[in-house]
Amino acid sequence: MAATVQAGRRPLRLAPNYWLFVLPALIVVLAVIVFPWAFTIWMSGNEWTLGSPRSFVGFANYLRLWADPRFWESLGHTLWYTLLSVVMPLILGTLAALIFDARFPWRGFLRGIFVMPMMATPVAIALVWTMMFHPQLGVLNYLLSLVGIPAQEWIFNPSTVIPSLVAVETWQWTPLVMLIVLGGLASLPRDPYESAEIDGANGWQKFYHLTLPMIAPFIMVAAIIRSIDALKSFDIIYAMTQGGPGTASETINIYLYNTAFAYYDIGYSSAMAIIFFVIIVALSLILLMLRQRLQWSEAEGK
Amino acid sequence: MKSRLLNRIGLLFLAFVVVSPAILFFLWMLSLSLKFEIDNGAYPPIFIPERFAWSNYAQVFRENNFLLYLWNSILVTGTATALALLIGVPAGYGIARLKAEKAAVVVMIARMTPGLSYLIPLYLLFQWVGLVGTIWPQIIIHLVVTVPIVVWVMIGYFETTPIELEEAASIDGASAWQVFSMVALPIARPGIVVALILAVIFSWNNFVFGVVLASRETRTLPVAVYNMLSYEQVSWGPLAAAALVVTLPVLVLTMLAQRQIVAGLTAGAVKGG
Repeated sequence: MAATVQAGRRPLRLAPNYWLFVLPALIVVLAVIVFPWAFTIWMSGNEWTLGSPRSFVGFANYLRLWADPRFWESLGHTLWYTLLSVVMPLILGTLAALIFDARFPWRGFLRGIFVMPMMATPVAIALVWTMMFHPQLGVLNYLLSLVGIPAQEWIFNPSTVIPSLVAVETWQWTPLVMLIVLGGLASLPRDPYESAEIDGANGWQKFYHLTLPMIAPFIMVAAIIRSIDALKSFDIIYAMTQGGPGTASETINIYLYNTAFAYYDIGYSSAMAIIFFVIIVALSLILLMLRQRLQWSEAEGK
Repeated sequence: MKSRLLNRIGLLFLAFVVVSPAILFFLWMLSLSLKFEIDNGAYPPIFIPERFAWSNYAQVFRENNFLLYLWNSILVTGTATALALLIGVPAGYGIARLKAEKAAVVVMIARMTPGLSYLIPLYLLFQWVGLVGTIWPQIIIHLVVTVPIVVWVMIGYFETTPIELEEAASIDGASAWQVFSMVALPIARPGIVVALILAVIFSWNNFVFGVVLASRETRTLPVAVYNMLSYEQVSWGPLAAAALVVTLPVLVLTMLAQRQIVAGLTAGAVKGG
């Protein structure tokens, strides 16, 4: 971060009171972020369905969660969905970044189009993908038939629904990975490549031994952001399958939504929201630690 | 020289391959939206129909109250973004100058929290206060999307702007507010533009808040287009037309402000919701 640039500066004689600038935002944060959290934590200790009386039950909601097979199933869906929608965009996004790092005509224009899926409204995108996935009339099965692959049921079959949703997620979020890795590529030093060329390294060797280790920290950042977003993914899944068929694509976020706003089971859904958040934080911390280890061993190798 | 040219053409080709899923998708979306039912139901699929069904677009606006929902979307996104800039830009400035990295952690946590965990308590709160049925719950909850984006982008931006000018101004007797509004703010204009664009896009695209909080009269466009699915027999042409109407403003903005968006996303790597 650029913050370190100004570190060590002499204290200002007339240092303004900067907290006043932060105050309004602080109030908003308290109102729309801290209050909901406090409320959720308190609610998770209560048995309360909207319309019926509330009673304090301690940790009963968490115990119920522990014994809820539907929760475990949705956790499994979430992890599978997340793994796929981190790995696929990482691979494709890195490849795309390598291409966009080079110089060729219309580069800026093509990059602009490439970024579009990520900016497009997810619900609108999801509706069009649903039409494209249609087993009889969808364009995807027609395209498959051109190369001799039999028709698929895509999001309408429990065994293919998650990979199909991930395809949409990958289509949408590969650009973000590309942009982050592209930023990394732009900051690479030239010298190692020149000496590698003198040593007669070929393209693959240069990529594997020079580029990849140097952009690894950027790929890790992309992996962390992608993991958080994939865990929380809602719009695409809800708009395309609502967790179906059956509960085959019900992730924790979808189950949480159903518990809160279909069954109005506020206490239970609050407990679920907290566990869900803990899972997100835990996974991000693991990835952050991995990233630190990565940088550490890199520094050691020098 | 010649192999260099070949290289460039090869790269251009590869770039086209990489971009083709995006191009083909949006072209197909356009094609779906301009076909009559009979063409949309044809097999093999028709890409360019003989007759264009412009009536699909007319139907979307005529039958689905889309003008009202368009207005709602503008109102929610506009107000939530304006409020976020009003409080987020000074906050970003303050945090950057205080070097308060802990404050940035709060933004990170906001980024990690699933939207639904805000939604449950705020939904109940809005019910108790009696705001349900008005547009205000959506405006307020969209702050969850817009404020972190603005603060995050502005912290990053103010960290790169020089502090010397501000010091000079405050030695000359300018108050903290004057330093901010007359020295820091004008320099930060490009950063504010980035924050504005990203906040607008992610607020516009938001679906989950609207699906819970919106009533029939206060729906935003993403909710309206989703509801078209459930309330009538699905006809693809108008549905695709509606989807395109919803997302077109964002796509146009993306093309126009590509450089700012790329800068903002790679610097802060933010996303709302």
